[in-house]
Amino acid sequence: MTYLKKSPWLLHYDASSCNGCDIEVLACLTPLYDVERFGIINTGNPKHADIFVVTGGVNEQNREVIRNIYDQMPEPKVVVAVGICATSGGVFRECYNISGGIDQLIPVDVYVPGCAARPESIIDGIVKSLGILEEKRIQMKERERQNEPGASPGGGER
Amino acid sequence: MISIVNAILFLLLAPIIGGLVTGIDRKITARMQGRVGPPILQPFYDVGKLFEKENLVVTASQNFYILSYIVFIIVSGALFFAGGDLLLVIFAFTLAHIFLVLGAYASNSPYSFVGAERELIQIIAYEPMIILSAVGMYMVTKSFFVGDIAASGMPLFLYLPGVFIGFLMVFTIKLRKSPFDLSTSHHAHQELVKGVTTEFTGPNLAKIEIAHWYEDVFLLGFIYLFFAFDPVIAIVAIIIAYLLEILIDNTFSRVKWQLTLKSAWIVAGMMGLVNLAVLYYLAGVLI
Repeated sequence: MTYLKKSPWLLHYDASSCNGCDIEVLACLTPLYDVERFGIINTGNPKHADIFVVTGGVNEQNREVIRNIYDQMPEPKVVVAVGICATSGGVFRECYNISGGIDQLIPVDVYVPGCAARPESIIDGIVKSLGILEEKRIQMKERERQNEPGASPGGGER
Repeated sequence: MISIVNAILFLLLAPIIGGLVTGIDRKITARMQGRVGPPILQPFYDVGKLFEKENLVVTASQNFYILSYIVFIIVSGALFFAGGDLLLVIFAFTLAHIFLVLGAYASNSPYSFVGAERELIQIIAYEPMIILSAVGMYMVTKSFFVGDIAASGMPLFLYLPGVFIGFLMVFTIKLRKSPFDLSTSHHAHQELVKGVTTEFTGPNLAKIEIAHWYEDVFLLGFIYLFFAFDPVIAIVAIIIAYLLEILIDNTFSRVKWQLTLKSAWIVAGMMGLVNLAVLYYLAGVLI
């Protein structure tokens, strides 16, 4: 089944972005780009999301928040780093309070560079992440099959 | 009198009809907003996807509450389409929503709590009007059984215009459409995170969605009952009522819970009770 690719719900988190990329992410939702035609919904809830879209780099203020949001998302999940700050820290890389890109903290699957990243490239990045999402689902299924004999009765609880 | 066949047909067809109606709803909504919109089958993709996801729960009792929610929604809908007692249908319908509220309360999340409180307020807001509808139908047809009401051949809509308008108001609340989508909404994905559904993931969320499809079909069936004397008029009425809901959804902003409660009760009182009072005093003349 490939339902996952037809209905990716994303969660957008503004790490320490300057809002440039955030505006471009929101532009994807406007009638001009209308990502809902691919079934993409911008949820505000990590528990409903499949794709974690992060803009801006990691700093000491948001380190815990990013970690927490990532942990709350149910498997399978992918992370898309939007904008050059999220991919590597960008011009803020050398700042005393910036640890660098999002991949310093959580595994990132797709990098969308740009300052600010254009809506077209953001959509492109998210569509690219769908393939990875599908791979992760198959991996998750296999893991479940291997664990089946001694699986905990609680299912997905943790 | 109770038709098992109808109940089974409801069980099998309602999710398909409900999902399609939701898909068409999303498409029309998108067109009203100048967007292309998702494919008609999008709700099915969404539910299919949710079943593929991990079921992350805060407490295991959430699973039980959501299962109870969908079971009681199906029971109430099946009983309705089988021609059962309308009061029992309404009772099971309310119980189902209480399970949803309990599920939200079980999760110990502030967002979920706010959603649960609001869902309770919505139940308080719509419940009188739904019961008034049943009472109105009883006053005209002298039966609480859906089968008898549908078979009576009486133009219920002409006897109960006020009750019908009141029911349309409740219909807006029940479909989670815009002026009254307090507890959870199809559009406001970020507001108060997502109300009652905040703490439900994957399969549990899918069950809530499927229960909502069953609920939609049940409510459309309720509208049918007002026009049961002529199936063609009834279906046209259902389509017009639903399109009206979509229009209202897209043209109104969300109201506060106080206004929801007040307006629902004022409409129930003004339209419903006055209608019933007129029916009561003119019973000898009209029926």
